[in-house]
Amino acid sequence: MTTKKGIEVSIAASIAAQLARVEVVAAYPITPQTHIVEHLSELVANGELEAVYINVESEHSAMSACCGASAAGARTFTSTSAQGLELMHEILFIASGMRLPIVMATVNRALSSPLSIWGDHSDIMAARDTGWIMLFCENGQEVVDSIIMAFKIAENRNVLLPVMVNLDGFSLSHVIEPIEFPSQKDVDSFLPPYKPLYSLHPDKPVTMGAYAMPELYTEAKYAQETALINSKKVIIDVMAEFGERFGRHYKPVETYNTENADFAFICLGSINENISTAIDELKSNGKEAGLIKLRLFRPFPKDELLAVLKDKKRIAIVERAMPGGAANSPLYNEIASLIYANKLHITLENYIVGLGGRDVHPEDFIDVFDMKIAAKKDNNNYNVIGVRE
Amino acid sequence: MAEVTKLIHKYLRHDKKFPHVWCPGCGIGIMLGALIRAIDKCGFTKDEIVLVSGIGCTGRLPVYVDFNTLHTTHGRALAFATGVKLANPKLKVIVVMGDGDAVAIGGNHFIHAARRNIDLTAIILNNSIYGMTGGQYSPTTPYGMKTTTSSFFHIEQAFNISELAVTAGAPFVGRGTVYHARLLDSLMEKAFLKKGFAVVEVISHCHTQFGKLNKMGTAVEMMEWQRDHAVTVEKAAQMKEEELKDKFRIGILIDKELPVYLDEYEKIRTGSSGSGDRRP
Repeated sequence: MTTKKGIEVSIAASIAAQLARVEVVAAYPITPQTHIVEHLSELVANGELEAVYINVESEHSAMSACCGASAAGARTFTSTSAQGLELMHEILFIASGMRLPIVMATVNRALSSPLSIWGDHSDIMAARDTGWIMLFCENGQEVVDSIIMAFKIAENRNVLLPVMVNLDGFSLSHVIEPIEFPSQKDVDSFLPPYKPLYSLHPDKPVTMGAYAMPELYTEAKYAQETALINSKKVIIDVMAEFGERFGRHYKPVETYNTENADFAFICLGSINENISTAIDELKSNGKEAGLIKLRLFRPFPKDELLAVLKDKKRIAIVERAMPGGAANSPLYNEIASLIYANKLHITLENYIVGLGGRDVHPEDFIDVFDMKIAAKKDNNNYNVIGVRE
Repeated sequence: MAEVTKLIHKYLRHDKKFPHVWCPGCGIGIMLGALIRAIDKCGFTKDEIVLVSGIGCTGRLPVYVDFNTLHTTHGRALAFATGVKLANPKLKVIVVMGDGDAVAIGGNHFIHAARRNIDLTAIILNNSIYGMTGGQYSPTTPYGMKTTTSSFFHIEQAFNISELAVTAGAPFVGRGTVYHARLLDSLMEKAFLKKGFAVVEVISHCHTQFGKLNKMGTAVEMMEWQRDHAVTVEKAAQMKEEELKDKFRIGILIDKELPVYLDEYEKIRTGSSGSGDRRP
């Protein structure tokens, strides 16, 4: 029995964690993440969720406590944003290195300075290579479904890695959307209780995170990297099983109208909805553009991307983060390396939009399609849409 | 315009910064008034003051005043301020923080600044909750109180910020409330003139979050609570422990002389710490 209701996406995210029967939540308040953990604390206090909730003294402590809880065998959840994610940075590596299947909802927000509480991807792009599996969401339904799937992916014994579910601050976290919730019974049957392979237990002591000498460290990191790369198969399987059981089908790379166009946008997160609107508008004027949405960002879904990219002539990579002195924005660099390695001849354009919560309009993407925003001649460059110089 | 208002206006930034973000009835405005009056009384120029803050309701304070201001990250204001003071000891460095900023995420910096006795003034507004993010419990939320993350009652014990500062080694610690505004003026003045790490804890109210959740009434009623529960250090000395059970002390809790970090550093640097021996 599913229920459908109009609900704030943050509250829906906490209900998803409740449906997943999380056992420990350690968090620290930061805008725009707060509604997620606040509602979880209410669910715990009301006895509607059999879990321990602790509001610790910083995000560094939050992720540390999550690692401890997960190492002791609990299904563990947290959420953060922006500065909080960067303060966790050190411990993000500990979580993935110790192979702890923690799930975190990251409510993407701009980084200081200047201080901004609004959405963009500068936080996650600074944490993208921490060894976590990373999913991105376009709407509230995807947030709920991704959190439930995230535990199943993370806890798979061939994976055992933490998973981050990214949702855009405010433009997704604070909007009210119609969302369908699966029943507890159906989630229980999809996601059985977590049985750790190893945990800190007096009956069978183990050591985690121990010192690795130079002759071992490389092998440990290689094994971890291999597990991360191979997790894609599990992710695809879990998405397929979720589709069979709940009727909503997900793939690592999703597309919209790509079959009709030799031009496509590539983007992460909620801006994909604006791009879809722009594509419909273009179509009504007899123009064809496609959209490639990366639902999975880590591990980078190379094969799935190549399958869509191979017959494209022109690609616009749209991103919500500054390159920080790099040749281009992070997603562009990875796609460029993929295209080069596979000897494809595609014109790549790089657009930076929506920094610090700045509005992004479908018209902006129509202008990109029509080349009204002059694409830089040099491919190793990017265009910041609407910037006042 | 009243003289006191004129004085405050002299120190405010009038370009595009108002209206401010604080809720009507918030105590931070009273603390800001006391801060300005004390700075004016001490005779500091605007340009020699550096006001450093972190994040939160109190963290917004430097936005409104016409000093050198440094708006940093949550919890790190004291660490930034330490750098400012070391780079230019002539500056008068004042750090304003909330309870979450100072003793949760920045708690480590707080005890170490006190222990190190670096010449900074730390003003901490304690309203027992994270106000800006929506009323989650902080390290100064008293046991048993309601917050948005302790829906029934809070099961942790609270930090006593002033006592923590005393124990960590701060040579000057004063506590006031936003109800006792004149006392706050004098505590801040003394703290600004103190050589070394000086702390002023300002007990305030968050009627929007803490007061509402705990049915403590309006801002005025919460200030009356401060009036009824604060006891001066002098009066407390005459009272029995039993009588002080639900009370807190206001006034100067400690004022002692201790070697100040930069003076000691200067002795080492100039070799004047003793008979040529580098140890003091």
